[in-house]
Amino acid sequence: MARGHHDIGGLPGAGSIDQSDHPLSDWEILADAVNQALGARGVKRTDEMRRAREEMDSAAYRDMTYYERWIASIEAILIEKKILTKEEIDRKLAEFKAKWGEP
Amino acid sequence: MNEAAKAEHGHDHPKHELSYCAKRIYAIRDLLIEKGVVSEKDIQCQIEYQEARSPANGAKLVARAWVDPDFKTRFIGDPKSACAEMGIDATAINEFVVLENTERVRHMVVCTLCSCYPRPILGRPPDWYKSFNYRRRSVVDPRGVMREFGLNLPDEVEVRVHDSTADIRYLVLPVRPKGTENWSEADLAKLVTRDSMIGVMDPLNAIPE
Amino acid sequence: MSSASRFNPGDPVTVKFEDRPGHIRTPWYIRGKTGWVERVHGDFRNPESLAFGRDGLPKKTLYLVAFNPSDVWGQSAGPKDKLLVDIYDHWLESAAEERNGHE
Repeated sequence: MARGHHDIGGLPGAGSIDQSDHPLSDWEILADAVNQALGARGVKRTDEMRRAREEMDSAAYRDMTYYERWIASIEAILIEKKILTKEEIDRKLAEFKAKWGEP
Repeated sequence: MNEAAKAEHGHDHPKHELSYCAKRIYAIRDLLIEKGVVSEKDIQCQIEYQEARSPANGAKLVARAWVDPDFKTRFIGDPKSACAEMGIDATAINEFVVLENTERVRHMVVCTLCSCYPRPILGRPPDWYKSFNYRRRSVVDPRGVMREFGLNLPDEVEVRVHDSTADIRYLVLPVRPKGTENWSEADLAKLVTRDSMIGVMDPLNAIPE
Repeated sequence: MSSASRFNPGDPVTVKFEDRPGHIRTPWYIRGKTGWVERVHGDFRNPESLAFGRDGLPKKTLYLVAFNPSDVWGQSAGPKDKLLVDIYDHWLESAAEERNGHE
């Protein structure tokens, strides 16, 4: 099994801490709120979301930003619980593209 | 939200330029509402709940603890009840522990496995708290991390690093800065930074009048 | 305070070295290390089962366990420094016999 990609306490090679902070984008605020709303409605547990992030592709875990990982885990858990399907999400996105003016 | 806040929050960012995941949350949101899994109101309530939470809450609690020894005892003994006294809603925290700093002891909090943080009190954690470098280094080199934040501690001081791996949420009660006798709570609260309640630094120094 | 917890403050304990699959909240770096119980936090639902949509019952006792950094990393910057981790009961075994030496 070995160590999960999230289980990083004490791993060597960590550099200095970047203390800069960024104001959250719309989509990050939305990700945060959707996550909390799903929890408040009892749809998912925090530990299910953590497990989904632990099960992600390790390269994706490393390369995604914090809220991108949250969105990936929200999607994974909703699909696992058969609340949504990937195809539905893809279709909804295709509808948006027209609205958003995809070049 | 006013125009300045909107711009800061990236309202103007063209959606077709967002990353793969960023786009998908909009689709997920709409589908969840269409299917009645959550409502528009649920989401808006969560946004507002989160906006109301900030380090100012923690600073109020710390300042009160500094001026009122009985409150400090209650704050350390039963933090959730002490929060309720001050009109701060800590009910979302499963178990809340206050770590009292002294001249001889400093505490520092990290979540190496993810980003556990006392959000109902302090709001969202800063980016650096969630960063891989902080999560990797804090448990093995806490003094090095503190030095980066400007805190140099002698060997006689005990540094206690807490890895917040479970349902406990930790808040550091920093040491009251010297030279603040007779200061008002409001002025004391201004010295209490978010980072001093995580424990990577001490509160701001009092500036002599 | 939970009644009759297996360990009490002051008890020497060793974190089990197990490599089990699933959602584990015992960090890799602390497995196999020996410290002592500082506090009995109380009983909480088991995240290992919550993570898979189960109810997390029966609850497990959660302990605050303290370690000397030199016992974990082989070194410690400050001679008095401590490392503290919240660890569930089923990940701990008594280190009392080790402390007492061989029979």
